[in-house]
Amino acid sequence: MTRKQKRLSVIVAGLAFLAAAAGLTFYALGQKASYFYMPAELATAGVPPGQRIRLGGLVENGTVVRGSGATVAFSVTDTQKSVKVTYTGILPDLFREGQGVITEGAFGPDGVFVADSVLAKHDERYMPKEVADGLKAKGVWVESKSQ
Amino acid sequence: MVETGHFALVLAFALSLVQMLVPLVGARTGNQRLMAVGGPVTITGFALTALSFTALASAYAGSDFSVANVWENSHSLQPMIYKITGTWGNHEGSMLLWVLILTFFGALVAVFGNNLPATLKANVLAVQGMIGAAFFLFILTTSNPFIRLNPAPVEGRDLNPVLQDLGLAIHPPLLYLGYVGFSVCFSFSVAALIEGRIDASWARWVRPWTLVAWMFLTGGIAMGSYWAYYELGWGGFWFWDPVENASFMPWLAGTALLHSAIVMEKRSALKIWTLLLAILTFSLSLLGTFLVRSGVLTSVHAFATDPARGVFILCILTLFIGGSLALFALRASSLTAGGLFHPISREGALVLNNLFLTTATATVLVGTLYPLALEALTGGKISVGAPFFDLTFGPLMLPLLAIVPFGPLLAWKRGDVIAASQRLMAAFALALAAMLVTGLFMDGASVFAALGVGLAVWLVAGALTDLAVKSGAGSVAPAVMLRRFAGLPRSVFGTALAHLGLGLTLLGIVGTLCFGTERILTMRPGETVELSGHTLRFEGLFPQKGPNFTEDRARFLLIGADGNANGEISSAKRFFQARQMATTESGIRTLGLSQLYLSLGDEGNDGSVVVRLWWKPLVTLIWGGALVMMAGAAMSLADRRLRVGAPARRRKPAAALTSPT
Repeated sequence: MTRKQKRLSVIVAGLAFLAAAAGLTFYALGQKASYFYMPAELATAGVPPGQRIRLGGLVENGTVVRGSGATVAFSVTDTQKSVKVTYTGILPDLFREGQGVITEGAFGPDGVFVADSVLAKHDERYMPKEVADGLKAKGVWVESKSQ
Repeated sequence: MVETGHFALVLAFALSLVQMLVPLVGARTGNQRLMAVGGPVTITGFALTALSFTALASAYAGSDFSVANVWENSHSLQPMIYKITGTWGNHEGSMLLWVLILTFFGALVAVFGNNLPATLKANVLAVQGMIGAAFFLFILTTSNPFIRLNPAPVEGRDLNPVLQDLGLAIHPPLLYLGYVGFSVCFSFSVAALIEGRIDASWARWVRPWTLVAWMFLTGGIAMGSYWAYYELGWGGFWFWDPVENASFMPWLAGTALLHSAIVMEKRSALKIWTLLLAILTFSLSLLGTFLVRSGVLTSVHAFATDPARGVFILCILTLFIGGSLALFALRASSLTAGGLFHPISREGALVLNNLFLTTATATVLVGTLYPLALEALTGGKISVGAPFFDLTFGPLMLPLLAIVPFGPLLAWKRGDVIAASQRLMAAFALALAAMLVTGLFMDGASVFAALGVGLAVWLVAGALTDLAVKSGAGSVAPAVMLRRFAGLPRSVFGTALAHLGLGLTLLGIVGTLCFGTERILTMRPGETVELSGHTLRFEGLFPQKGPNFTEDRARFLLIGADGNANGEISSAKRFFQARQMATTESGIRTLGLSQLYLSLGDEGNDGSVVVRLWWKPLVTLIWGGALVMMAGAAMSLADRRLRVGAPARRRKPAAALTSPT
């Protein structure tokens, strides 16, 4: 092979490799990325049970129930709709009623959202960005006093 | 002192403008005197930045709350160590640390670069000056840490409790030494493009700088990972969080650069590619700085969000990445092509390494930026996490790791895979045995676990095989072999150590992910819990008082087989008054290479507490492996041929003799 052919074959092999990687990447983006929803958006979104999503909103006042062991049930609300969530594990230090949270998990067949992670950031001024944007869009955002 | 620091920073900015213009003009016109300006100006710029940084640090140490930045991020009751580390525990201070390290590297080039061709040195310093000027301007206009408050508050608002940890003293400086260290490689590349030629000294210089930056970045990432592991209380060591990816991308690209620089130095091939990689690596460092500092991502790292900052860094990003790539497009074709090699050769193996690493970098880049792009374009919010990276990054890493041991055993120019395979027979047998033992005899081992353990053993044994083969094992007497072993170039040890460290890290990851166990339960004082053969007894909650916090410390005793206590683990819930904020301090006990990890949840009214307990087998190897990789890089740096500043004039003829063919 001449130098040019050699270079060409290397480039073709490299591009084929890149194409394979790109294909895999796009497949994975379609399958493995989890979308973010607020409770009111769920009605129109039609999320099937078992599909991983992130659900964000405020922990509704008076809904936190500590069950047996480390299981906790609470509702996440965007002030229009609310969704029941159960979570087994350790809640973040800043988890409390009225606080913005993001939960990740999937709906069970009974319509209860089973979360395997709950995020509330380590800062008293913090509201997860997605939740803040969502609340602002709904016009129920209240600037917190400490900001 | 604070005003002195502010003034020094302005002066440093002014000097960086001189540094970027005068040597450049000198190199262009061939004016020796103008070129010579570069060195002293760079060193003075560093001294001024250091003065400025010291001024801020002393304001922190003395709790001078008349400085807004100190007021926002410090408290008079904090222990001294956190007062000082708090200097860079905020946006403004951490940017100041960034430029301090940038000017430090510039000064290193100025001091040790006496044997560089004068025009190359002048251009390199000029490019460093450009980067410096951009970031000085950024700090002075959008992130000034020296702004005063009048009247001065009596008490500060405290440092974010999560940052009140020794990790803050180590992680950011190491990470920045890595991030910013790549700026030198970038400056060398841009300087070569400005000159339109790459000579032998270019390659000899870029390699050690890459090694230095890579070594620190490895340490910075490992330290960040360990910090997140013990501080966040989730027991995870890597979350594929965009902020982590931001530091991981330059590491991947830097690893590729490290390997292609070898080909370039030894065989003077892959010149243009190496140059492009050097540009891309630092571009990814800049992108990382943008992602972390602009506030587009919400994380512990995004201290404050200010749109002006994001836009400013985005401009810097566009200017430097766009400018350097445009220069590359204009000039690359005029650079001479390198030597030829057979696809099956050390060069070929290193090209394959580069192909895998750069593609892996690209998948991480897509996974990190896609959610941002999607939100900007459609408003849709998605999160890309572990499942995505398992499917894209994983399949790229597995074959790469499998071929690692072959690389060092192949000859330059034309290698023999069969001969290399024969030499690796023992390592392969060992890996296969480890795989079978794991798969057949370990409880709950999956195919992946067996494969992972096999691959890790393969990497470790392969690295040792390389050392054995190069010291003549099997063909010479043991005494001769020992002598040869001692006489091996340090860079050979460096390669072997780095690859061995990679194997250890992999072993740690597989051990933790595949054989780790976990329990969540509510415990009352006096109750015991058993996990993977370890018994823990909950002693109760004990209130304590720290300097600027109160805590409830839960004590657990580790009960041995004989029923006696042989160790304690304690975990605490801390409450910081100044910020009205609670944190959880996890309890960790290292047993051999493994760890018992414990985190506290809610407390009940009856003294009970929710406990999450993990058994993490071999978890320390994850970071231990990174330390071994760092040791490998240090070893390689100590190689006579590579020592920074080593390419002295008298050695040049010898180097010239070995490089051609």
